[in-house]
Amino acid sequence: MIEATNQQVTLEIFRGDDDGGEMTEYTVEVQEGMVVLDAVHAVQAQHAPEMACRWNCKAGKCGSCSAEVNGHPKLMCMDRLDNYEAGETISVRPLKTFPVIKDLVCDVSWNFEQNSRIGQLQPRQGTDWLFTQREADRVQEFRKCIECFLCQNVCHVLRDHDRKDDFVGPRFLVRLASLEMHPLDDGDRLDEIKDEYGIGYCNITKCCTEVCPESITITDNAIIPLKERIVDRHYDPVAWIWRKLTGQK
Amino acid sequence: MDKYETHEHDVVVIGAGGAGLRAAIEASAAGAKTALVCKSLLGKAHTVMAEGGVAAALASADNRDSWQTHFRDTMKGGKYLNQYRMAELHAQEAPERVRELQEWGAVFDRTHRGGLNQRNFGGHTYPRLAHVGDRTGLEMIRTLQDQGVHQGIDVFMEATVRHILKDDDGHVAGALGYWRESGRFVIFRGKSIVLATGGIGRCWDITSNSWEYTADGHALALWAGGELIDSEFVQFHPTGMVWPPSVKGTLITEGVRGEGGVLKNSEQERFMFDNIPEMFQGEYAETEEEATRWVEAVVSDQRPDARRPPELLTRDVVARAIRREVRAGRGSPHGGVFLDIASKRSPEAIKRKLPSMYHQFKELANVDITAQPMEVGPTCHYTMGGVRVDADSQETGVPGLFAAGEVAGGMHGANRLGGNSLSDLIVFGKRAGEFAAQHAAERSAASSFDDNEVEQQAEKMLAPFGREQGENPYTVHNDLRNMMQEKVGIVRTEDDLVSALEDIGRLRERAATVKIGGNIGFNPGWHLALDLENMLDISEAVTRSALLREESRGAHTREDFPETDDETWGQQNLVTTREESGEIAVRAEPLPEMPDELKELIKE
Repeated sequence: MIEATNQQVTLEIFRGDDDGGEMTEYTVEVQEGMVVLDAVHAVQAQHAPEMACRWNCKAGKCGSCSAEVNGHPKLMCMDRLDNYEAGETISVRPLKTFPVIKDLVCDVSWNFEQNSRIGQLQPRQGTDWLFTQREADRVQEFRKCIECFLCQNVCHVLRDHDRKDDFVGPRFLVRLASLEMHPLDDGDRLDEIKDEYGIGYCNITKCCTEVCPESITITDNAIIPLKERIVDRHYDPVAWIWRKLTGQK
Repeated sequence: MDKYETHEHDVVVIGAGGAGLRAAIEASAAGAKTALVCKSLLGKAHTVMAEGGVAAALASADNRDSWQTHFRDTMKGGKYLNQYRMAELHAQEAPERVRELQEWGAVFDRTHRGGLNQRNFGGHTYPRLAHVGDRTGLEMIRTLQDQGVHQGIDVFMEATVRHILKDDDGHVAGALGYWRESGRFVIFRGKSIVLATGGIGRCWDITSNSWEYTADGHALALWAGGELIDSEFVQFHPTGMVWPPSVKGTLITEGVRGEGGVLKNSEQERFMFDNIPEMFQGEYAETEEEATRWVEAVVSDQRPDARRPPELLTRDVVARAIRREVRAGRGSPHGGVFLDIASKRSPEAIKRKLPSMYHQFKELANVDITAQPMEVGPTCHYTMGGVRVDADSQETGVPGLFAAGEVAGGMHGANRLGGNSLSDLIVFGKRAGEFAAQHAAERSAASSFDDNEVEQQAEKMLAPFGREQGENPYTVHNDLRNMMQEKVGIVRTEDDLVSALEDIGRLRERAATVKIGGNIGFNPGWHLALDLENMLDISEAVTRSALLREESRGAHTREDFPETDDETWGQQNLVTTREESGEIAVRAEPLPEMPDELKELIKE
């Protein structure tokens, strides 16, 4: 375990852009409680001021400093150096799923484009805006999302198959779930979720849930219930007959 | 000017935290073609870090609350230096702005009756902070972001503005900046410009503020001929983390105390009982038994028949008391004091109401706050000082230039109450957007500016690359932060402040010769080298104002002038300007006269 007894840590950081680059080694001193982001900052301050890296809050609240540390997608600000063995070289790479702009900074603009496709809450007409904490809890879980895009990064539909044209990814299924399950929402997005946002591509491997730094149960609480609602509407024979008879949607 | 990428809009909003987003939404809704320019990705601005809640007299958790009480609390918390009209508008309009967020999709915590829940906070007479656990800022920024992207706003992410361009008549014409990614220059032409750039906390060593808080808007306004007000008042939040070193300064929400957390020194004394200032005498619990009764009532959603614990005094008071304990040798092992919620609330309640605090301590400090006390100490958090604006329109002294949120001054006076910043963002963000759009509609086209000015600025920005020799900008920045922490911190003296001004002079010389490696593409060293100029100018504004105000009031404490002087200094605001020569000058101005009906409210 790396401890702060005048120890040093060696990082291997990707330096380059989308055309390529190389892993470059830097050694900095370790202070107690240091996280990977601190070590990256120390590299900037002491060795490479021009090295690019995004960060903001340094407390796991903003989701800016996502990277792949020893191959694991993480927030660098919440990854303590004492999680690693003394003498171990820690590799830090940018997220693989998005094009690299420079060093640890990726072009994540595709995610912002997906978000702007999703409409707002459609509150029930004339609502008194009263609902219980229990009802709030269900959507508050989804609204904890800090948009670090680690779930998007590990989703194999996006990472390995690059189906960005067909599938919005777990982050935005969570956002859709937060609207669909809002206690006062009157909207209906199920057809869009099926046809435009491509929920069918998700085959529930739960990789997204595993990496979520906010511990949102993405697959079980957001994606599966949405899939169930779609199944009920489109593939349940009883419901199908009922709709035919009543003319309801 | 064809040489540089140029965008043309009616309204250009700089900064995309709560105030900037709210301003852009309003301007766009009013029909203005609106640009939103921000240094980070959308949704990462400092608002995301706000924890405890948004203050608004909704009277949902306690029906005795009213805008009048909120106004009174705000003025009292600000030690009566606030621009009364801003405090009045803020108290009146905050409830509507919060309800509007709910309609746009924000899911606030609920009361037993299903309404918006509100939590107690320092200096607020009634439970007033609508909240979402301890991640209220995230809820707000996400709600505004999601609302904003459907308004036709043009969002420009990761661009830094360095200069406000004006026409020959002194009216704003546009903003010159650079793309962080490519380093290329970009011009945003606009008929109105709204500054919503946040604060200045990166001038201090121990701070809860992110890299973005480099005093950009304060400096842009000052350089453009605007004025700053109340610069001497910098809020040190009483409870930042003190250990381990890597998280020193990271914020611990006041919500911990709002949920019943208590402060203790190394002798296990609740020292806040001995630190109730005269102006708050009689309003706070005087025994532990009474304080406990209050917490128990509040926790079970009852109306308390006891007075609130002294841990919920205003932030200036609590920060000074903590500093005193530590100086007296009664601190915790790492130079703070203890904040204990574990002995007051059940582990389940702590995890439910303060989930991110639980997570933050567990992950970053190996402390389980449901079982152990936290170690806490003051951290630079917020600046009450900012760009002087008209209270109703948020327009600065520069025609066409508006400011809203933390970058604007006057609302909070000498000390801000917790929760009043989030409400400030949405109340005055909305107003700035509305009036900026109105102003733009009255003008036929964006003004023209002098191309030479653009060239000069561009040359100045690129200068660090041309130097053969020079220091690393990070070294100069660290020295500035340590100096400000030591000499212009919570407690100040004339000697320290005079010495700080000399240090700033020397740091300016060093900053002017820093050297940058690499190229202009996403180069944080270069970005910091440029930011040093803003930080040095605003550090000087703070220091000169602190030197002039020879009294102690709110967040400004002078060891050599420990008394509050209501006769003289209590009647004046300090105003900062930049002279033609480039010198930073500070002068005193009488407070605006408050109408009688508001005076009556304060007397009650």
